[in-house]
Amino acid sequence: MTKMEGNANLSLKIVDGKVTDVKFSVKEYKRFFTEAMKGKNIVAIPQHLARICGTCSNSHIMCSIEACENALGITPTTQTKILRALMMHGLMIRDHALHLYLFSMPDIFGKDAFLDFDENDPAQHQILHDGFDVKSAGNFLATLIAGRSVHATLPTIGGFLKFPDQTGMDEAIQKLQNIRPAVLRLIEIFKNAPFHFDRKTKYMALVPDDTFGYINGNIVTSSGEKYGEKDFRTHLESTVLPYSQAVGYTYKDEGYMVGALPRVNLAKDKLHPKTKESAAEALSLFPSTDIFYNNLAQAIEILHSVDESIDILSKNKFVPEPLVKPLSDSAAVSAVGVGVIEAPRGTLYHKVILGGDAKVVGGEVVVPTGQNQINIERDIGVLVQKLIDESNSTASDAAPLDKAKIGFEIEKLIRAYDPCMSCAAHFLKVEWEENL
Amino acid sequence: MDKIKIGWFSYSCCEDNTVVMTEVLNDHWQEWKKLFDFRHVRVLKSKNIFDEFDIAFIEGAVASPEQEEEIKDIRNRSKKLVAIGSCAVVGLPAGQRNTFTPEQNQHINFLVARFGALPQVKKVSDIVKVDVEVPGCPMSPEVFLEKVNALVAELRPAV
Repeated sequence: MTKMEGNANLSLKIVDGKVTDVKFSVKEYKRFFTEAMKGKNIVAIPQHLARICGTCSNSHIMCSIEACENALGITPTTQTKILRALMMHGLMIRDHALHLYLFSMPDIFGKDAFLDFDENDPAQHQILHDGFDVKSAGNFLATLIAGRSVHATLPTIGGFLKFPDQTGMDEAIQKLQNIRPAVLRLIEIFKNAPFHFDRKTKYMALVPDDTFGYINGNIVTSSGEKYGEKDFRTHLESTVLPYSQAVGYTYKDEGYMVGALPRVNLAKDKLHPKTKESAAEALSLFPSTDIFYNNLAQAIEILHSVDESIDILSKNKFVPEPLVKPLSDSAAVSAVGVGVIEAPRGTLYHKVILGGDAKVVGGEVVVPTGQNQINIERDIGVLVQKLIDESNSTASDAAPLDKAKIGFEIEKLIRAYDPCMSCAAHFLKVEWEENL
Repeated sequence: MDKIKIGWFSYSCCEDNTVVMTEVLNDHWQEWKKLFDFRHVRVLKSKNIFDEFDIAFIEGAVASPEQEEEIKDIRNRSKKLVAIGSCAVVGLPAGQRNTFTPEQNQHINFLVARFGALPQVKKVSDIVKVDVEVPGCPMSPEVFLEKVNALVAELRPAV
């Protein structure tokens, strides 16, 4: 089990102008979180598993709570469900904004870094301020509801430890209303972005029955199959990649994609009515398998989370309530609990296996980036082949490959998948094995 | 005034402090843009320069001999070295395998060996001299700002 931020390597083998091998591998050292679950009291598991990943930590907390509650037979209250939805909206706003503004936006404007945007240029000045304002509003909402936007302190098995006050809720509504025009500008930028790469691929997401959201529903695939959360990941096959410290996954022997693009593809009709109205033109581009529309889908999700959160905060009052306890003696029996949610980067699965004394005897975690890994490799193979073919058809003689250009194109493609944190930024070390 | 040269390096961890740093930027990016030269901060930019740093921030525990050598190299290039977050300061939770039972070790040893990881995960001060520590999982933004401001005052007394 590992996350994807930090270091990743790419190894490409090219023989006689043909890409023959692509290995996209995770170089983060394993920290063995699922092994370390063993022997811990179940109460400690959500906070423990949050430490898998800083940027997605609140997703891991949410997914682990769901798995633990299912193992213990706990049904959360309606208020808890609403607060959890808000917590996920705060996470989506903050996390997608980090990816779109700080990681992806510089590519569109030909800049090296978001901070290199020119404050004296009115358009760039606007985007700089938009970026930090949107991030900040998401951060505020996550902190208000969950205590912190990273490794949240308030959500726990059975409910929340503290509840937002009216002053904080009013301030959150104000901040969310203030950033809405910025989010509309963001959607416009990614709708018109010049990058495209479309390889027909399978995809899947957790699709709710009612409103577009990230916590409940069935796993639905691009070809229409449906799987219940309780099935855990029986529909997925795990693939050991001996060159990588991560595990890849396939569905029916093929790579597939998870993330914002599949979610919007499969559930765009369930988005908030105001979102559908304001983003109608952008939404007409879905369903799509153009991976660069994953960025656009994230921008649309920010708008949905803004609109939903304003509604929820305006229509609800939150009162202190005790944590829901397990049914009597249920903690004393062996049980398996499964949690499935949509993290910012895609479907996240947690399984917890409880021994007879509230102690955990095992578990499993399947992260979005692991599921996207095989698809990323396939995409890179097709992209590099296309670039080599283009280069061969235009070069007057056997000019050497422009490796810097190809490397940059590969990074842009991988960044569109939004793998975790620092690798989403600027990690790429390409090992070329070339025989042209 | 020369800008203060910043390096930000992540090793074995969840990079929660990097996320918190990008959140602190929400309120401080305008002053930091003038004050800091983000010379090697991979989360923020592609064209990173690895030469010398006024302040090097090290996040994460040390899991491999290569990481150990890199951190020694960074130390030699840096006036001040700051260990950021719990994994860098105390080695945990990234180094939780250090306390595994023999049975747990049986399950993981082949993977530790396959990727050439250190037998025991280390904290940063096991490898090099650390000037400032910012503890926490993740670090507290307030403590981080307090320590950064103190370093700025020391390195650029005129600011």
